[in-house]
Amino acid sequence: MASPILEVKNVVKQYGNYTALNSVSLQVPHGSIYGLLGPNGAGKTSLIRIINQITMPDSGEVLLDGEKLNPSHISHIGYMPEERGLYKTMKVGEQALYLAQLKGLSKAEARKQLQYWFEKLEIQGWWNKKIQELSKGMAQKIQFVVTVLHQPKLLILDEPFSGFDPVNANIIKDEILALRDKGTTVIFSTHRMESVEDMCDYIALINKSDKLIEGPLQEVKKQYRSNTFEVGIVPVNIEQLFAGIANRYTTKQASFKTLDDELKLEVTLPEGATSRELLQTLLQYGDVTYFVEKIPSVNDIFIQTVSKR
Amino acid sequence: MSLSLIIKREFNAKVRNKSFIVMTFLSPLLFVAMGVIIGYLASLNNSDLVKVAIHDKGSLLKADLKNDDHRKFIDLSAMPLDAAKKTASEEEYEGIIYVPQVDSLSKLSTDVEFISNESPSLELVEDIESVINDKVTKSNLKTLGFDYDKIEKAKADAKVHLSKFSGEETVKEAAYIKMAVGGLAGYFIMMFVIIYGNLVMRSVIEEKTNRIIEIIVSSVKPFRLMMGKIIGTSLAGILQFAIWALLGTVLIVVLSTLLDVQMGGAAGAVQAAPAASDNVATVLLVELLKLPLLTIVLSFVVYFIGGFFLYSSFYAAIGAAVDSETDSQQFLLPIILPLMLAVYVGFFTVINDPHGTVATVFSMIPLTSPIVMLMRIPFGVPLWQLVLSISLLFATFFGVVWFAAKIYRIGILMYGKKPTYKEIFKWLKY
Repeated sequence: MASPILEVKNVVKQYGNYTALNSVSLQVPHGSIYGLLGPNGAGKTSLIRIINQITMPDSGEVLLDGEKLNPSHISHIGYMPEERGLYKTMKVGEQALYLAQLKGLSKAEARKQLQYWFEKLEIQGWWNKKIQELSKGMAQKIQFVVTVLHQPKLLILDEPFSGFDPVNANIIKDEILALRDKGTTVIFSTHRMESVEDMCDYIALINKSDKLIEGPLQEVKKQYRSNTFEVGIVPVNIEQLFAGIANRYTTKQASFKTLDDELKLEVTLPEGATSRELLQTLLQYGDVTYFVEKIPSVNDIFIQTVSKR
Repeated sequence: MSLSLIIKREFNAKVRNKSFIVMTFLSPLLFVAMGVIIGYLASLNNSDLVKVAIHDKGSLLKADLKNDDHRKFIDLSAMPLDAAKKTASEEEYEGIIYVPQVDSLSKLSTDVEFISNESPSLELVEDIESVINDKVTKSNLKTLGFDYDKIEKAKADAKVHLSKFSGEETVKEAAYIKMAVGGLAGYFIMMFVIIYGNLVMRSVIEEKTNRIIEIIVSSVKPFRLMMGKIIGTSLAGILQFAIWALLGTVLIVVLSTLLDVQMGGAAGAVQAAPAASDNVATVLLVELLKLPLLTIVLSFVVYFIGGFFLYSSFYAAIGAAVDSETDSQQFLLPIILPLMLAVYVGFFTVINDPHGTVATVFSMIPLTSPIVMLMRIPFGVPLWQLVLSISLLFATFFGVVWFAAKIYRIGILMYGKKPTYKEIFKWLKY
C-alpha cells in the first residue's frame, strides 16, 4: 500500500472520566473513499475533531502526508460537520467567500472557485440570497460547496447524505465521486452504514471508543463471507430435494424478492465445498431460478463483530 | 490575516443589522425628543396657576402672602369659616389657610391650619411655613429689642480660597467639573460594556445555534475567533457612539439655536478668563482646560480597551457555555454586579474623598478600576497608582482571556444542556 494520506497513531481522547477514543489507529490511503463507520457515540466525531485540529488528542499523533498535524494543514482539509450550519442572515456569496478566505484562499481565487461551483450546480441566482431565504435542501448544497471550495486534498464528510432529498443526494454523490477521481481523498463518517457502503473502498468500524475492523471493503467482506447462498428453486419433488441436500448442507428458509413463488432457501456450504457442486446438486432436483452468494453487509459484519466480543 | 477577516465580518454583521441602523439614528432623536418633552411638561406644570384661599380675620398673614405667576391667594376672610371652606372646595382651590385670631404673633407658629381635600404640595406648605417663620422671628426679635436689619447686615458670607501647593488657584466648583468629567467617562465605559458585551455574547450564541461554529473552528483557532468577535463588536460600538455623539451635538446645536437658548460664547470666555474670574461659568471652563486632559484621554483609551476586553471575554465565555440567551441570566449577574458597584462607589465615595481608602482600593481592583480610576483621574492620581492599576487590569485581562478561551473552546461544541458552574469549572481542566 502506498503511503497513506492520513495516519492516526494510537490516539487517546478523554473527557473527564469518559474515554472517547481508546488508542485508535487508522490509515487512510490516498485517493480512497474511506468509511468511518460506527453507531452514535462511538467516537467518530471526537476523532474527526482531532483530525480537524479542533481538539487535541491526549496522546498519540496524527500525520497528514507523513507530517505531524499543524496549522498549515487546515487549508488541505475540508470538513462538513454532521450539524450543518451557516450564518442565516449573511448572503450566500459573501458567506462562501468569507469561509473560503478563512481556509486561506485569496479573495479572487475564492470567487473564481465559487463561480465554478455555482455554475456546475446551477445555482448562480443564489449569490445574493440570504441563507434564511433558502430551503433546507438548498442550504445543504451551499454547505457542500463551502466545504470543497478551497480544493482540499482530504474531504471529511460527517453524515453526508442526511437532509438531502434523493435527487440532490445523487448530485452530491456524483460530485464526490468526481472529486475522488481527481485525487481527493474522502472520509465518510456515518452511523447508517448501508448508506455509504456502495461508495467506500475502505472502511473502519468504531464502537465504544475502540476500532474493531479496518481494511479494504472487499477484503473485510471476504473475511466475513459465510459461504452461504440464497437459492430459488422450483423442485420436481420437494421431499427428494430435501433428502438430497439435507445431509451435506445446512439449510433454512430465506426471504428475498423474486417474481414467482418458488421455494426460497438459504444454503450454507460446509468446509471445502464449492458453489459449483451445490448448483449441480440443486439442478438434479428442479429448475434453479435464483442463485446468489450472500454477501455480508457492513451492518451484518458490525453486528457480528460487536456480539463476538 | 484570519483575525482581520473575522473582525471585518463581525463589524459588518453588526453594522448592517437593521436594528443597529435604526438604533443608531433613532436613539439621539429619541433622547432629544425626550428632553424636549420633559422640558415642555415641566414648563406646563410651572405655568399652572394655583389658587389658595385664605381666611385671616385678624389680617395677621394676608399681607405677607404675595401673589405671583404660579400662585394666587384669595381672601375669604369676610365669610364665616364654614362658608369659606365650602367656597374653597366648590371653586376647586388648592385649599384654605386658616389663620386664627391670636393675641400674640408667636402663637402663629403653632396655630395656623391648612385645610384641603387632597394633600397640598410640599412646596406650598413650606412656603407658608417660611412666611410664618419670618414674621414670627421678626416680631420676636423686635420684642427682645433687636434691630432686624442690623442683624441681616451683620451676617457673614465666608468663601475659602482654594489653591494647590504648586500655587494654582482653584475654586470649590472645580470639584464638580472633575466629577462630571470622570463620571461621564466611567459611566460611558459601563454603558459600553453592558450594551456591546451583550452583543458579543449574542453573536457567540448565534454561531452556536446556527451550528456554523464547528466549520469556523475547523479553520481558525477559537481564541482568534473570540478576539475577532470582541474587536469587531467594539469597533461597531465605537462607530455607533461616534454617530450618536455627532448627531446629538448637531441636534442640540440646532435645537438650541431654534429655541434661542444662549449656549455661552465659549471662545470669548476663554480669552476673557483671567479678567472675569468672578464669573463662575468662566471659572469652570478654565478649570476644565486646566485638567490633565492628555492624561485623561490617554487613560480613558487604556481603561476603555482593558475594561471592555476584560468584560467582553466574560460575555464571550458565557455565550459559549449556554445554548440560548435565556439561559445566560444566572451567569450574567456576577458580571453586572461589579459594574454597578464601580459606578456607585465612584459616585458616592470619589466625590467626597477622591484619595480615600475605598476609592483607592476600588481603583486598583481590575473589575472596577476602569470606572473608578477614570473618575479619580481628574482629581490627580499619583503615577505609581496609575501604573499599578493598569498593570493589574491587563494582567487580569490576559488571565481572564485565557480562562474564557478555555471555556469558549469547550463550550462552543457542547449542545443540549444548560451547564452548571461546576461543569464549567471542569471544562477548564480539559
